[in-house]
Amino acid sequence: MVTDQTISPPLPTGPIALPTGDSDEAALWQWLESVCDPEIPVLSLRELGVLRAVTSTSTGWQLWITPTYNGCPALSQMKADLLSAMQSAGKPAEVITSLAPAWSSDWITDEAKEKLRTYGIAPPHASAQSNGISLVRLAGKMQRAQVPCPQCGSSDTTETSQFGSTACKAMYKCLACAEPFDYFKPY
Amino acid sequence: MTTLADYALHLADNALILGQRNAEWCGHGPVLEEDLALANHSLDLIGQARLLYQWVAQLRGDGSTEDTLAYFRDPEAFFNFTLLELPHCTALAPSARAERDYAVTIVRNFFFSSYMLLVWGVLQSHAQPQLSAIAAKSIKEVRYHCQHAADWLIRFGDGTAESHDRAQAAVDFLMPYTQEFWSEWPAAKEVLPDTAHLKNQWFDMVIDVIKEAGLQLPEASGYVTQGVLGIHTEHMSYLLAEMQSLARQHPGAQW
Repeated sequence: MVTDQTISPPLPTGPIALPTGDSDEAALWQWLESVCDPEIPVLSLRELGVLRAVTSTSTGWQLWITPTYNGCPALSQMKADLLSAMQSAGKPAEVITSLAPAWSSDWITDEAKEKLRTYGIAPPHASAQSNGISLVRLAGKMQRAQVPCPQCGSSDTTETSQFGSTACKAMYKCLACAEPFDYFKPY
Repeated sequence: MTTLADYALHLADNALILGQRNAEWCGHGPVLEEDLALANHSLDLIGQARLLYQWVAQLRGDGSTEDTLAYFRDPEAFFNFTLLELPHCTALAPSARAERDYAVTIVRNFFFSSYMLLVWGVLQSHAQPQLSAIAAKSIKEVRYHCQHAADWLIRFGDGTAESHDRAQAAVDFLMPYTQEFWSEWPAAKEVLPDTAHLKNQWFDMVIDVIKEAGLQLPEASGYVTQGVLGIHTEHMSYLLAEMQSLARQHPGAQW
């Protein structure tokens, strides 16, 4: 069963560490580590910040997820993958989508940022918190923070497009090693 | 229907109609990167529209769904700004099928995304939790749209003589349509009471980028369009026909 709901009980903000111990809940988090982002298969949904909470009810588990971008087409795949992992564990579950608090790239764990880099995607370099109006002003001055190349580490890189193969990524090119690469944008 | 549902429908229609219009560039972008950028914009906008339509359907409670709202309404039942339904060409183009002008696309995206930056900014602290949740997510996306459009507008204005002239022509053509942003129709008056303040903020943002681009911002004057009241241009029917024909010819089609 998949339920769409925009309002939820208070969900955590920030990165979520993998719970340890042998409680049912910790065991479930560990089991769900195998469910990865369909576009970035090196990150689990927890590491990406999409899986926010697991709660148990009298009828089974509730998995609370939050979308990254509003139109991200991977969301339905994520729901299906979570349900299929729960099914193979023999646990009845429903997946609930919550919009608030809004997902932020700040919720990607540090380990996950390192995995992204190794995978060839430059992780978001800065906090996503910023003032919209000043962004417009900055656009005029073409001021952009430098994004280090995930291949050679050089900061001598340039943006080729603000939008890339998926909504969450921009396209960059390294001027030192000449490799093109994806940059996971702050959101 | 409640005022809030009316306003949410207007926001959803804005997002869907511009999303559909910009998607026309898919496979036809001036360069590959811009093709991808505009498809990404549309994905964001249609994602926002879906959330809003789902919520409107819930508020109405009359059996509407996101699909009936998007595919089974006629032009007069849409309440988007007229600006967003216009084809990608200026007034002197001979027909809506004339060659698309990327300057029109960029100027429209710039005017609208800078406006939505302010609107989502107000709505993200709205007392209705669903509206504030949608606003808090959408503002993150519209920042990228606005930055993209501002960058290109500066590049066009500050580029060659032709890119400058085409950018100026697009600004001159589209500016009068922005008057509709500030029109006082019932739902907007209630949800966004202080349009005078928004208007000042919007002008400050826009003029900064226009100056940086070396362009002139004309006075917004003349006929005030009324898309928010369901009164549209001829272009709206063609846009909807393309978007809705499959769903109407094959009701319930799935793929």
